[in-house]
Amino acid sequence: MILSREDVSQVAFLARLELTDEEKDKLTGHINNLLQHFAKLQELDTDAVEPTSHVIPVENVFREDKARPSLPPQDVLANAPESQDDCFAVPRIVET
Amino acid sequence: MQEYEPIIGMEVHAELLTESKMFCGCTAEFGGEPNTRCCPVCLGLPGSLPVINVKAVQYVVKAALALNCSITPNSIFHRKNYFYPDLPKGYQISQYGDTPIGQHGWVQITVNGATKKIAIRRVHLEEDTGKLLHVEGDRSHIDYNRGGVPLMEIVTQNPPPPGLDQIQSAEEAKEYLVRLRAILTYIGVNDGKLEEGSLRCEPNISLRPVGQIEFGVKTELKNLNSFRAVLRGIEYELERQEKVLLKGGKIVHETRRWDDVRGATASMRSKEFEQEYRYFPEPDLTPLRFDAQWVEEQRKALPELPDQRKRRFIEELGIPEYDAEILTDSRPMAEFFEEAVKLSADAKSVSNWMMGDLLRLLNATGTEMEQSKLTPSHLTEMLNLIGKGTISGKIAKTVFEEMFGTGRRASEIVEKLGLTQITDESELIPIINQVLDENPRIVQDVLGGKDKSLAFLVGQTMRYTKGRANPPLVNRLLRERLESRR
Repeated sequence: MILSREDVSQVAFLARLELTDEEKDKLTGHINNLLQHFAKLQELDTDAVEPTSHVIPVENVFREDKARPSLPPQDVLANAPESQDDCFAVPRIVET
Repeated sequence: MQEYEPIIGMEVHAELLTESKMFCGCTAEFGGEPNTRCCPVCLGLPGSLPVINVKAVQYVVKAALALNCSITPNSIFHRKNYFYPDLPKGYQISQYGDTPIGQHGWVQITVNGATKKIAIRRVHLEEDTGKLLHVEGDRSHIDYNRGGVPLMEIVTQNPPPPGLDQIQSAEEAKEYLVRLRAILTYIGVNDGKLEEGSLRCEPNISLRPVGQIEFGVKTELKNLNSFRAVLRGIEYELERQEKVLLKGGKIVHETRRWDDVRGATASMRSKEFEQEYRYFPEPDLTPLRFDAQWVEEQRKALPELPDQRKRRFIEELGIPEYDAEILTDSRPMAEFFEEAVKLSADAKSVSNWMMGDLLRLLNATGTEMEQSKLTPSHLTEMLNLIGKGTISGKIAKTVFEEMFGTGRRASEIVEKLGLTQITDESELIPIINQVLDENPRIVQDVLGGKDKSLAFLVGQTMRYTKGRANPPLVNRLLRERLESRR
């Protein structure tokens, strides 16, 4: 067991997934199966290897700093679950 | 009683003055009707892909160099994952770990005559978040216009490496921000507006017993929208922490919000879980690679920075260090000064007028130097009038205020308001005689050797002439007239 059931609950929380107890048990097994494969890879000595951040050897892909028209406001809000006064509306967020 | 010393870290966010956003072509300009500056990329719609704004990268390199940083040859972007509706993607593109664009720099500050080099750990590039609007009812509103605007983050290093310093007082923290702002506005990457939030600072503050090496528990401060708020907020927080510690209490690691009206900090609801951002390299963007020669070219292309300009003002124009420091805090101020000196050559009087009356009026009216109606030639023309004896230094103060308020020329104001200095003896003698007649006791005092009392008679004469009399002339005539009464 690499990850405990509590670890899985925490990962689910971070991803905002609501899981039943059965699902947690099942997924704990699945994730640990997966991680065992990585544990195998971990056995390799990679001390002399630079970490790979990107797999394709392409660098410095830029765009020029030019402003272009944005979407019309009705399109911006078209996929919003809720909108009010030209704004996205979400359940109240208490800041203080 | 246990004594404590403050350790202050500064996290500063600066919006970059690009035309478009960080990863898309929406305008990056401040303001706009809600959600009118959004597109599939900055809204995080499926299938959209970000592309790096080259200007934003150049700006951060420029800033990092101006802050004495080294440029990381291979710099990459990361995803910072969190669910909070200020960004629609579910993550912020930022730079994490040891690959920010700039590292290991410093900013020089002078507080009460002591100079410190404040260590900077990192300068990195990320995207700004949208604005949450708190409205009546059970909903919060979001405006994503600001979401995706290029944002530079500059973080100090505590403890500092050998040879560099850390911030240890509210005054130093404020000065650090003043100098940082000066540098960023000089090189033109940020507009320095604390009130509008295009330059934001979040200090973290802790106290440790004097003699202890480990830092105490820190709190983070938010909502400091002016230099005054930075000063007051940090001072308040240091006092609050000291009180807690002296009573044997413990400081809680939390974010506290500064309330400028109440003049106090209050805890923001602490997060239920410590944030786990699960950073990983951003797969949608290519790494940045900086060629050493290109970096050198950028370094050479930097404009004169505030500290260099300050030294030049002291060495070439002979003004005191204190004046030079204040005059170089903002580029428009420094340019006004330099232009005026070119026109008048008398650096010290230009500096005196700027440090005194100009700064006072700017502060009192809440005007930025660049919006002011006063131009360098306004000031130098007025200085000429003083030099020629047309107006006295005292009257000049009135003229200056009038020029500042209306943008009219000194000569015009002098003529219109009848402020010309009285240099004609025949005009002054009757007034002086009247002053002497009205103050026989003072006259006796002066004649009896109490020379200090002469100042009173000068004052009376100035009063009757509404400050228009030439002071040296008044002095001379008073002495002559007094002698004739002996």
